[in-house]
Amino acid sequence: MTAVMTGPALAEAIQGAFPTAVAEVYGDAVVLDAAALVDVCQFLKDAPDLAFDYMASLTAVDYLDYFEVVYHLLSLGHNRSAVLKLRCYGRKAPHAPSVTSVWKAADFQEREVFDLFGIGFDGHPDLRRIMLFEGFPGHPLRKDFLEFDHRKIAAMASEAE
Amino acid sequence: MVTSNPYMVNMGPQHPSTHGVLRLRLVLDGEQVLRVEPVLGYLHSSKEKLQEEHTYLQTVPITDRMDYLAAMTNNLGVSLAIEKLAGIQSPPRAECLRVIMSELQRLASHCFAQGVFLQDLGAWGSPLMYFLREREQILDMFEMVCGARLTYNYIRPGGVSQDIPPQFTPAVNSFLDTFPAKLDEYEELLWKNEILRARTVGVGVVSRELAVSAAFSGPMLRASGVQWDLRKQDPYCGYQNYEFDIPVGQTGDCFDRFMVRFYEMRESLKIVRQALDVLPPGEWKAAVPIVIRPPAGEAFQMIESPRGMLGYYLVSDGGANPWRFHVRAPSFINLGALNEMLVGTTMADVVAIVGSIDIVMGEVDR
Repeated sequence: MTAVMTGPALAEAIQGAFPTAVAEVYGDAVVLDAAALVDVCQFLKDAPDLAFDYMASLTAVDYLDYFEVVYHLLSLGHNRSAVLKLRCYGRKAPHAPSVTSVWKAADFQEREVFDLFGIGFDGHPDLRRIMLFEGFPGHPLRKDFLEFDHRKIAAMASEAE
Repeated sequence: MVTSNPYMVNMGPQHPSTHGVLRLRLVLDGEQVLRVEPVLGYLHSSKEKLQEEHTYLQTVPITDRMDYLAAMTNNLGVSLAIEKLAGIQSPPRAECLRVIMSELQRLASHCFAQGVFLQDLGAWGSPLMYFLREREQILDMFEMVCGARLTYNYIRPGGVSQDIPPQFTPAVNSFLDTFPAKLDEYEELLWKNEILRARTVGVGVVSRELAVSAAFSGPMLRASGVQWDLRKQDPYCGYQNYEFDIPVGQTGDCFDRFMVRFYEMRESLKIVRQALDVLPPGEWKAAVPIVIRPPAGEAFQMIESPRGMLGYYLVSDGGANPWRFHVRAPSFINLGALNEMLVGTTMADVVAIVGSIDIVMGEVDR
C-alpha cells in the first residue's frame, strides 16, 4: 500500500531544512509559503529519505477568498505519497511559482490551471492557454464564471483561427 | 551542397493517425522534425465544471464520456473517490465484480490500442479487424450486464448497478478458453515481424528519468523499466488477493510499449479467471442514498486504468454537489513530453510514436 505521509511528518521534514517555509498544516497536507515553494520541492525530490520524484497531479481549487494550488506527490522508490498546497490571494492576477524546473510533468498541468483558473505561474517556460483558444473571455473553473453566450464564443473561436 | 528551409506542417486535428482530434504543429526540415507543438482542446467540453452542477451519483455517467474506450475503469475511479470521501464500503461481491469488469475493460482497451497502433504502422486492415473481433466479445459481455456497449455507468458508488445475468459467466469462460490461443497466434505473427520491428525498435525511446519526471504512467512508464502498477503498489478492490505479474520493458521504445500491452493482456486474463472462481454470493450494492452529502473535505483516489494512473480529486463543502472535481487524466499527462520524444525523428516515426502512447482525446481534453 502507498503510505500517506501525514501533514505533521511532512512539515517536520521540511522545517528541518527550511524553518520558515511551512505556513500551515492541516490533515494530510502542508500549506507552503510561496517564496520557498520551488526550493522545498527540489529538496523533497532530492533528499534520499523522501525522494518525491513523481508529481502525480497538479491542480487548483477556487475557495472564493483565495485559490489553492494542490500538488500530489509520489515517491516511487519508497511507495509514499504527500500533498503540498499553496494559497494564492487576489482574483485579478493571482500567481504562483512554477515547479517545471523540478518536475517536467508540471508543464502541461500548470498551463491547464492557468487556462481554466487564471493563475499565472512565474518562471513557466511557455505559459499559454492549453484547452481554450487565445482570447477566450474569463476562466471557466472559477466560481464566478457562470454564464456565457455560446454563439458569441463560437464566433470568437472562428475569428481566433 | 543541398540546403532546405524548415517549414511548418499541421498534423491534425483531422488526421487518421492522431486518434481523434490531436493537432501537432510540426516544424520540419525535409522529413526530419525540428520542433513540435501539440495543440489541444478541440474536444474540450469543460466536464470538470459540468460535474460541479451535478450530484455525486450524477457525476458517474459523465466520466463515461472522458475515456470512452475504458469507461468501466473511469466509473471505478470516480466511485472509489466518492466512497473514500463519503465513507461508503461496498460489499465483497461488488468488489469482485469490479475487478472482473476492469480487467475485461483493460483487455478491450488494449485490443483496440494494439489494432490501431498496427494500423498506424501500415498493417492496414487485418490486425485491426482481428483485435476488434476479440474486443467485440467483451463489449457483448458488457451489454449483458448493463445494456450499453460503450458508456456503461455500471460501477457506481457503493457497488455496481445490477448483478450479472446468468449468461454472463459462460460467455466469459468461453472467452477465457479461446482468447489465449488467439494471443499466441498474434504474438507469433507480430513478435518477429521484420517490418514491425523496423518501425518500432529503437523508435521513440523514453528514458527512465524522463518517464518519471514527466509523470508518465501505465504502459508508458512500465515500458521504460519502472515497475509501478497501482494494482500492486496501492491495491484497491482486493487486487492484493490475485496472483499476477507486472510486465516491464527495458528500453522504453515503441516496441516495448507494444509488448508491455501484449503481456498485460495475458495477466488480465489470469485475474479474470481467478476473480470468477472466487466470486462471492450476496449483495452487489450497499445502501447508498440517492443524494450523497459527504462531509466537508477532500479525497484523491488513483487507479490503474488501461492508459495509466487515473486520478480523481474531489473536494466537498458538505453539500450535494462536489465543490471541485478534478481528473488526473493519464492520456493528457502522457502527452507531456512529446517534444523530447519527437524532435529529431522523421515524419513517419511521429505516427508510430503518437500511436504507441495510446491516447484518447476525450480524456485529454475533458
